[in-house]
Amino acid sequence: MSVLVDKNTKLVVQGITGSEGAFHTQQMIEYGTNVVAGVTPGKGGQLFMDKIPIHNTMRGAVAKTGANASVIFVPPPFAADAIMEAAEAGIALVVCITEGIPTLDMLKVHEYLKKYPKTTLIGPNCPGVITPGEAKIGIMPGFIHKPGTIGIISRSGTLTYEAVHQLCEAGLGQSTAIGIGGDPIIGTKHIDAVKLLNADPKTEAIVLIGEIGGSDEEDAAAYIAKHVEKPVVAFIAGQTAPPGKRMGHAGAIIAGGKGTAEEKMKALAAAGIHVVKSPADIGKKMKEVLGK
Amino acid sequence: MKIHEYQAKEILRSFGVPVPESKIAFSVQEAEKAAAEIGLPVVVKAQIHAGGRGKGGGVKFAPTAQDVTRYANDILGMTLITHQTGPEGNLVKKILIEAASNIDRELYAGIVMDRAASKVTFMVSTEGGMEIEKVAEETPEKIMKVAVDTAVGLQAFQARQMAFALNLTGDAFKNGVKFLMALYNAYIGTDASIFEINPLVVTKEGDVIALDAKANFDDNALYRHKDITALRDLDEEEPLEIEAGRSGLNYIKLDGNIGCMVNGAGLAMGTMDIIKLTGGEPANFLDVGGAASAETVEKGFKIILSDGSVKAVLINIFGGIVRCDRVAKGVIEAIKNIDTKVPIVVRLQGTNAEEGKKLLEESGMNIIAATELRDAAEKVVATLKTIKA
Repeated sequence: MSVLVDKNTKLVVQGITGSEGAFHTQQMIEYGTNVVAGVTPGKGGQLFMDKIPIHNTMRGAVAKTGANASVIFVPPPFAADAIMEAAEAGIALVVCITEGIPTLDMLKVHEYLKKYPKTTLIGPNCPGVITPGEAKIGIMPGFIHKPGTIGIISRSGTLTYEAVHQLCEAGLGQSTAIGIGGDPIIGTKHIDAVKLLNADPKTEAIVLIGEIGGSDEEDAAAYIAKHVEKPVVAFIAGQTAPPGKRMGHAGAIIAGGKGTAEEKMKALAAAGIHVVKSPADIGKKMKEVLGK
Repeated sequence: MKIHEYQAKEILRSFGVPVPESKIAFSVQEAEKAAAEIGLPVVVKAQIHAGGRGKGGGVKFAPTAQDVTRYANDILGMTLITHQTGPEGNLVKKILIEAASNIDRELYAGIVMDRAASKVTFMVSTEGGMEIEKVAEETPEKIMKVAVDTAVGLQAFQARQMAFALNLTGDAFKNGVKFLMALYNAYIGTDASIFEINPLVVTKEGDVIALDAKANFDDNALYRHKDITALRDLDEEEPLEIEAGRSGLNYIKLDGNIGCMVNGAGLAMGTMDIIKLTGGEPANFLDVGGAASAETVEKGFKIILSDGSVKAVLINIFGGIVRCDRVAKGVIEAIKNIDTKVPIVVRLQGTNAEEGKKLLEESGMNIIAATELRDAAEKVVATLKTIKA
């Protein structure tokens, strides 16, 4: 078991003929992901890398291949449309990598997806999801991961890789790593990802990486306090960030005195979560907590 | 993206939101002319990208022509310090000359993006003229929040709910409902992220007008609003941040002396945090993007080193798709071209990290190589201690 992605995942790449889409499709195939089709409107009927059929529409791709997951590499002005098209075609897991989607577009997506409760959206502006040794959907370097029992939830790409690296150094593999994305409006929040990993029998413990802005980490903490017995190690990035400045991610901003790292760390610690101050202590702390 | 009050008011006016008659002035002569055209009394208002201007002495009531001249003289060219500018303050280069309103009541209206609910949310309060954060903390019952259904937009009944909550009656009620509906249309129509009308005033004549206006816009949506993009005022921004933006880098200047360059926003924040925990002070946030290249590294270097307070640099790159040996070559190339004496600690991790480290060590340059995050932070902080000793 694992969550969201495994060796049975049949993936469609939306925007497969763009430079990002094409590059990462090859990387995903190399990792062992079962890429069954691509979608680029107007290029239906062609083949990608001489073997993967390209369709004009998501409906067409799903009808022909029985795909159950999609990953989106289309440019920001068209990405919200791509998410809705995937949901409408019956895709269960939509992973949106695209960075820079207007917030109002994402609000529309948020409303639209209420009609499709079976669709889970990860992202946008995220590295994707990987179940090490089985499949990866996204742009993370697959080889740094090792199969194991630690689930990871994070807003950030490279900070997740850092956590994965430290866990591997500590001899701890990962069940599934979920990059939920750095935008203010995202499909799967910390709390949703916690629920998934908590219900997964293969996941023994959880690493939760948050950052300044919003209150998603606090919401996850409240849930963990009540419902999660698995050990959780957490780090919040942005302890030194000044208020009112957007720290790279559209969502990483301390506004009106709210969303500071300090508040979040306090809420997480109060929920019984093992909060580390230093990003270098994630792996070490997890090893210590598990007594390994 | 932030804009000035006078620009926000122009946008509001174009969406049918009532604002006082006003003119922008860049000189005392222009201010005098504007006041004569509008008719006295007027209010002279400093235009900078920060709130709290009144308390800082940047807003003055001018009943006579002499007052207009005097206040325009005082305010133009002054360095205005408010709770939002920081201690260095902002230089005032333009003033708004605005018709004075016959104020009966001061209220508050704001529209924000509520992240937790994933909805556009209206906030109104009878406590106008105060900081809304303070009202929210001390008397939260005086703020009414209305979440808007994104699919259908703000409904008339919701605008009425708010107008009743603001205790508006008669003409003011009708005008208030119209005002709120128009304000919502302006917010959606411009892809705004924050609108704040504080104070929203009711005049003795029953008009409802935006006496002040603050607007921020969603940077991700600017591509479809060329008119708003054109309102950007580079004078109000940090020059290094502007330059970084032109190179596609995300840079924010801070007060410390350890420059840092990292790939990815989360890891960049984490790197700043560990520098601080190790006893150093980060000089900046700099995200060179997930896939760092030799060019981005070199541009990043130039920007970091243009900040004179930088005494050491930490480069932290987690090579994923991008290989560390390539990044190492880029770093070496960049340092050769820049010719700096500042100690540089480079931490490479991920794909081909060992090869990368070897290249750095064998380069014969003033580079200290590290492979783990803690090690890197300790090494960069240590270089500063050596300098002091």
